[in-house]
Amino acid sequence: MTDETAGNVSSRTALGAAKRDVAPPAQAAPYGGGNLFAESLKDAVLVAIVTAALGFFFLGLRTEIGVGTLEMSTRWGLLISAVGVVFTGRLILNLMVFKSAQPLASRLPSISLPGDALGTIGRAAGPVLLVVALALPFLLLEFAGSRSRQFIDLSILILTYIMLGWGLNIVVGLAGLLDLGYVAFYAVGAYSFALLAEYFDLGFWICLPLAGILSAFWGILLGFPVLRLRGDYLAIVTLAFGEIIRVVLLNWYEFTNGPDGISGIPKPSLFGLEFTRGEGGFADVFGLEFSSLHRFIWLYYIILALALLTNFVTHRLRRLPIGRAWEALREDEIACRSLGINTRNTKLTAFAIGAMFGGFAGSFFATRQGFISPESFTFIESALILAIVVLGGLGSQIGVVVASVVMIGGIEMLRNLDFLKEIFGPTFEPTHYRMLIFGLAMVFIMVWKPRGLITSRVPSAALKERKRIGADMVSQGEGH
Amino acid sequence: MEYFLQQLINGLTLGSIYGLIAIGYTMVYGIIGMINFAHGDIFMVGAFIALMVILALGLTASAGLAFMLLALFIVLVVAMVFTSVWGWTVERLAYRPLRGSFRLAPLITAIGMSIVLQNFVQVSQGARVKPLQPIISGGVKLSEGDGGNSIVVQLSYMQMIIIVTTVVLMAGFSLLIAKTTLGRAQRACEQDQKMAALLGVNVDRTISLTFIMGAALASVAGLMFLLYYGVIDFYIGFLAGVKAFTAAVLGGIGSLPGAMLGGLLIGLIETFWSGYFTVEYKDVAAFSILAIVLIFLPSGLLGRPDVEKV
Repeated sequence: MTDETAGNVSSRTALGAAKRDVAPPAQAAPYGGGNLFAESLKDAVLVAIVTAALGFFFLGLRTEIGVGTLEMSTRWGLLISAVGVVFTGRLILNLMVFKSAQPLASRLPSISLPGDALGTIGRAAGPVLLVVALALPFLLLEFAGSRSRQFIDLSILILTYIMLGWGLNIVVGLAGLLDLGYVAFYAVGAYSFALLAEYFDLGFWICLPLAGILSAFWGILLGFPVLRLRGDYLAIVTLAFGEIIRVVLLNWYEFTNGPDGISGIPKPSLFGLEFTRGEGGFADVFGLEFSSLHRFIWLYYIILALALLTNFVTHRLRRLPIGRAWEALREDEIACRSLGINTRNTKLTAFAIGAMFGGFAGSFFATRQGFISPESFTFIESALILAIVVLGGLGSQIGVVVASVVMIGGIEMLRNLDFLKEIFGPTFEPTHYRMLIFGLAMVFIMVWKPRGLITSRVPSAALKERKRIGADMVSQGEGH
Repeated sequence: MEYFLQQLINGLTLGSIYGLIAIGYTMVYGIIGMINFAHGDIFMVGAFIALMVILALGLTASAGLAFMLLALFIVLVVAMVFTSVWGWTVERLAYRPLRGSFRLAPLITAIGMSIVLQNFVQVSQGARVKPLQPIISGGVKLSEGDGGNSIVVQLSYMQMIIIVTTVVLMAGFSLLIAKTTLGRAQRACEQDQKMAALLGVNVDRTISLTFIMGAALASVAGLMFLLYYGVIDFYIGFLAGVKAFTAAVLGGIGSLPGAMLGGLLIGLIETFWSGYFTVEYKDVAAFSILAIVLIFLPSGLLGRPDVEKV
């Protein structure tokens, strides 16, 4: 049963080494009319049986806490409808796509662009995006009306993740060190600022560089024990590091206020001008009418500037010896060492610089929220940032932007699923399905494009002319 | 001394559960070299299925011994079968299409699958914790010496069941890997998938069976966890998964005895740290030990250092 269902799809999608030489069955022997239907039906029945087995306990039964003990109720209707939906869907897909001699996809016009055009678009996209980003708050004020505050807030959130993605891209994309605990530096940055503000009464602009320096220091501290580790050993130690930081923040009650978090974190000022109502505030000095939106717009420009700084520094570093050493390290550590590159310092700088940008983003997060607690720095954040970097295409700067907009924007858009209530009835709670859909999207995008959404790279060093190469030419995140 | 022995028993029990989950990680890693992040959530799914079978059978502490043994056996088998279907499906949907692709892609789908499983269970079964009345209670007192300085240690039946089951399963699976055709095929795929395929091993099926075996063991761990702690929710998979993965890496990922050893060590470290120092920092202790061990033995306790050819 497993082989029956497996063989047909995997011949289309999987690129397993052992399978590569075998011609897909659809080409070798196209299914005839009646045969096609019989095959599709058989396959759909098998898939339906698997669905029934999967859903039997989770959809068919439900446990609720009753009087003194758990009570179980049945909902066979839900199970049967789920199986029915899967069966019909699979049958249609089989007939149209998977087993058809002429899959639907091949009948659609191809929309892939030639490499040159993509390069031109890529070059043009940068400045255009930059202009859009600079004008965005005013565009939103103009067109979004009453919801502009919500959209500006969302843009700030997306930019924060773009910045984090770019920071992690230095570690994973350039240096090839798989870091599953990046959120630790985000936390260090946020708590550095919050604690400095609380104990020493310092403002955002003094704390920002301090938080960056402290995070970089923690990056080096993490870097030392993992110098000799590779691959998944590196992954688990970085993950453990992230968890250690979170557990310490959670339990060091006297210092960090534990799970209650720190509130009243100061807001950033504009050269000493506070965004407050009344005398001496931003609106007062510039003769504007006070609006709380001013502060949001200011926050937007701060994070935009920070993100652009991250991108700029990364771009410049890639041309410096250190950046080239990172990429050489990613490709082949042994060759690196034989050529006299100091791999220890190369790895430590990658960790430190990646961590520094994480720290900047962390202090920005603290000042934006005004309140932080260890709950904001769980492993799922690390996973999300890594997913953004990988889904965008490792090592691709613009890929991070695309992936952040898709993922973070998508998560937020999924909050507005209230219209589903009209279809499924008032008891249906759409927000619960948000993360479920998000996880499924993550799986589908990755299966669809394993190398990320942006599949070409520009090498930092080239012999004669610099041209774009396929992403599979670049070794990625093997974590040496 | 008394306290020490008691903590030792508790630690071994916890370590057995971690070890059972860690075997799933280590087997999958050995054969396709990826971290199956969803494995912890497969464990959680197994615990939920076990809970529902127990409720359906109406198994309570008042049941007779014969019925209880029979019922527990049924629960075990049903949980293993249905959890295996989940393990197989996860592999089929999220990992097989990416076989031969680059390393980080299946890692991301694994994280995605973990999110999907957690939220699917949360949506379908509710976010609240599911308590279960203790079914197996009582135990034996082991004592030595007499009068004022006798040593009394409690060993509950539940702990005995957990430790014995783990030992039996470990022995069974080691035999399976060492002696059977399937085990040989698994070891062949571990060494060289292409060559194994050329020699007539069905690589895809072997990998699927590995996932099924891992999921079955995880469901046993889920059942043990449920009976031992008496409360589960949709989130238990994450921490247990991370701990078990830590255990697998500590023992040397890819090595079956290593996974068991790592599991026991993590269980013991956690229990002793909570017993003698602070319960809050037990995770920090476990993770720190991991980091320290890896500094000196970069491929874990029993892992083979891979020789790199240039």
